[in-house]
Amino acid sequence: MPPPRTREKALRQRLAELRGPEVQAKALDARALAALAANPGCRRRAILDGAGVDKAVLADALGSPSVFGQSQFAFVRGNAFEAKVKADGGTELLRLAHEKLDRAAEPPAGAHVPDLTAQGPHGRTARTELALREATEAAGAWTLLDHPMLALDVAGSPAFLEPDAVVVHPDGSWTVVEIKSFPMLDGAADPAKVGAAARQSAVYVLALEQVAARLESAPRVRHRILLVCPKDFSNLPTASAVDVRKQRAVTARQLARLTRIEEIADTLPEGTCFSPELPAERLTEAVESVPASYAPECLSACELAFHCRDRSRAEGAVTRLGRPVRAELGGLTTVGDVLAAARGEAGDPDDPAVAALRRAAALRAEALATAAPEVAPCP
Amino acid sequence: MSLIATLARLEAVSTGRAQPAATVRHRHLSERPLVFVPLITAGEAGAPLGALVGTDRDAPRLLAVPQPRDRDLRFAFLAELADVVLPYLDGFADAVEAAERSETDPETGKRVKVEVELCADAPQLIVPSRAGIDLVRLLGRSTRFRRTAEQDPEAPFPAPPRVPLLGRWLTHFGERARVPGSSLLLAMSDVLARHWATGQSSLEDQHLGALLAWIDPPGGRSGAQAAREAELARDADGQLVCPPAGPATDPAFDNKLLAPAIERYDRARTAFAAAEDGLEADDRLGALTAAEREIRALVESRTRPTWDAVWRGLDLLAELPEGVRVEERWTRDRWSFTGHRDRVLAGEPPQPRRDDAVTAANKLATREREQARLEAQEALDDPLVMAARRLSGEAFAGEVVDVVMAYSESRRPSPRPLVTVRTDDRPHLGERARAYRSLGGKPQTAEFVGYEAGPEGGLLVLRVLDKMGRGKEPEEGSVPEKGDRLCFTLFEHEPRGGAKLPDPEETPWTHGGPPGEEAVPEPADPVTEEDVL
Repeated sequence: MPPPRTREKALRQRLAELRGPEVQAKALDARALAALAANPGCRRRAILDGAGVDKAVLADALGSPSVFGQSQFAFVRGNAFEAKVKADGGTELLRLAHEKLDRAAEPPAGAHVPDLTAQGPHGRTARTELALREATEAAGAWTLLDHPMLALDVAGSPAFLEPDAVVVHPDGSWTVVEIKSFPMLDGAADPAKVGAAARQSAVYVLALEQVAARLESAPRVRHRILLVCPKDFSNLPTASAVDVRKQRAVTARQLARLTRIEEIADTLPEGTCFSPELPAERLTEAVESVPASYAPECLSACELAFHCRDRSRAEGAVTRLGRPVRAELGGLTTVGDVLAAARGEAGDPDDPAVAALRRAAALRAEALATAAPEVAPCP
Repeated sequence: MSLIATLARLEAVSTGRAQPAATVRHRHLSERPLVFVPLITAGEAGAPLGALVGTDRDAPRLLAVPQPRDRDLRFAFLAELADVVLPYLDGFADAVEAAERSETDPETGKRVKVEVELCADAPQLIVPSRAGIDLVRLLGRSTRFRRTAEQDPEAPFPAPPRVPLLGRWLTHFGERARVPGSSLLLAMSDVLARHWATGQSSLEDQHLGALLAWIDPPGGRSGAQAAREAELARDADGQLVCPPAGPATDPAFDNKLLAPAIERYDRARTAFAAAEDGLEADDRLGALTAAEREIRALVESRTRPTWDAVWRGLDLLAELPEGVRVEERWTRDRWSFTGHRDRVLAGEPPQPRRDDAVTAANKLATREREQARLEAQEALDDPLVMAARRLSGEAFAGEVVDVVMAYSESRRPSPRPLVTVRTDDRPHLGERARAYRSLGGKPQTAEFVGYEAGPEGGLLVLRVLDKMGRGKEPEEGSVPEKGDRLCFTLFEHEPRGGAKLPDPEETPWTHGGPPGEEAVPEPADPVTEEDVL
């Protein structure tokens, strides 16, 4: 077995080959990680994300473009709001952190806002780690880290993450801050959006915990993050503490379950490449060489979803109607199999799933026949 | 999703067309609904960009906000919307019929019948999608606390006169939409998905264009193909051929078409404001009007396809016969409308930001009761829904094979006939479980006695308990006869609510205690420089 360093180098080399020559790697962000953790069985997504392939470009090249995009109105407003929250050395942000999370501590005044600029992601990660160490050791004061950079090991390759901010409390503990531009109306925000923000923050918490474990003082990473949103219909900031213990546990478990990218890479045929320069047929072939596990939830999370959906349709898989559908159909996984079983043309009548299907089909046909004789019964 | 619904979806996949998920229509459709197709600006909290609204499918009223961040323009939009919505609502407020309601007499504490007014019909608002319902609620919240210049001459940025009233009505519609089975405010995609099973997932069903493509594919194409086009097809400009039903717009539209148009409008407006003499101002006003017209055209181009889709959906739904018990639920909607009309007339303050404990508990109890009622009524109205209940063992249908007369053992024996039913269904019947059948629209109760030849034989013996009259001999037609085909349910046909809640004065301290003195009207949202609504 080669020494680890060589292996790592070999893997990096292999992933660069998969990405294609001259193609810049696309960094994994927390949103992508949260989506990946939501569908840990998808090897296709794991290897493409691991290799830093730009899936949106790939989807275009495959002829099934993704529909993700951000309106410039939302973008401008989001940035303006974040700038407003962090204005004046983060006075408002720290006031909210003090009020919502740590009332017992000294009110923040003259907080430190260390400069975190450095060269490249590795440099920024190191700079962030240093700033965190200094802030934790100089306890007794508040410190705000604006756009720090954290590294998290995902399925054998590092992902660089950039939270909106991290606050170091006077007691030396750390809090993730997430700034979002959806409104908090009368103290409540859209639960779906809060859920997404919590999943994203959970990834940051995990990354911070890895940093904390390397420090001697082993500071505590708080499991209640600070979600900052505009209040009602204004753009004045308001905040709420969000408990992400559950999301953190789920994400940690899913990330651990992610098939090792190395193993997936080893199963690919020699010469596989996902470069968007390649003709569509070769790309399709390359993409098809890694199995995907498509479900309708992918449509809102993955750029390749439309491609995978077409494939899933072509194969007649039942999961494209939703994951729960599959649960009640037992071992029957394709539309053809299920319908044949329901019509009594195939399947073992002693199989409970088949028996239930036949009863359902008979009841449905009976109901349709009694309701409207002119409606033809189910074929 | 029941197995029957899954099967319907799979059949839709193999036939390429949506399959019926209901054999009757389970929601009331007004003869004159008000359709509302709104668009909002991305990133802002419910900042309207425009809307199509109206009751005439050929002549919708187009409303547009050329600069969504401008407070005055936004108020102008809301005032215009109020001019369409409020007269429509008023049209239903005056035609009333006499009805009775039981109330507690404040002096004697007894329940007495009171004669009250009930509006003969109620308005109906239709939006394209579930997100549209959320927007109705959000617009209601953002406007109902606004002060007009008349209410408060000191108020900064006073709202146009009828806007707060519009907010109260929109809030009422939004709240009512949370009651299961109500039809005051409907989302077209939800109603269509209730009645048809498509060959795609319920997530994808939320796209109105794709949903309609499955139900009624145009030009002999398959539903799958048509749905894919509705979702993804773009024109040469990169714009979606079938724009999203909103209220959110497609980012490509925002970035490529809308943003430049708004910028041109802003520039024209600045130029107009800077004009130095009348002649120049005239010229620049022309440019400003042109820029505004351009934005109006853009808004119309994105809302008109959805507008047409909503009306097409209404046509499709109108083809289904209305369920028998839909009328009864609509009467509840009429009560709801009448009640809010009375509250507005009585000068009550707008709905509070947060409900107090008593109101919240009442709302939850209502929703639970209505959910149970809806489930029972849909099953009774629709054999296809009943089939799902039969499959899950909550109902059974079969033929009466034997009826034996029997009597109760009291001093005045009453008829308690024993009915044997042969069924292929497998209901979950416990000892002495109750089963109900519909007899002339009223539920008749029976009690499970036992299996005649073991649980596998499919022969059930039931004892009929009521609805047979007062005499010793049961009334004609009240007892099943041999050869009848009957359907019994294990759930009640008219579910009762939970225990009655205490009067507001009796509210326990755990729930905030009795209400204090006269409630103070809630203040308007404070207005800030950057306030967006």
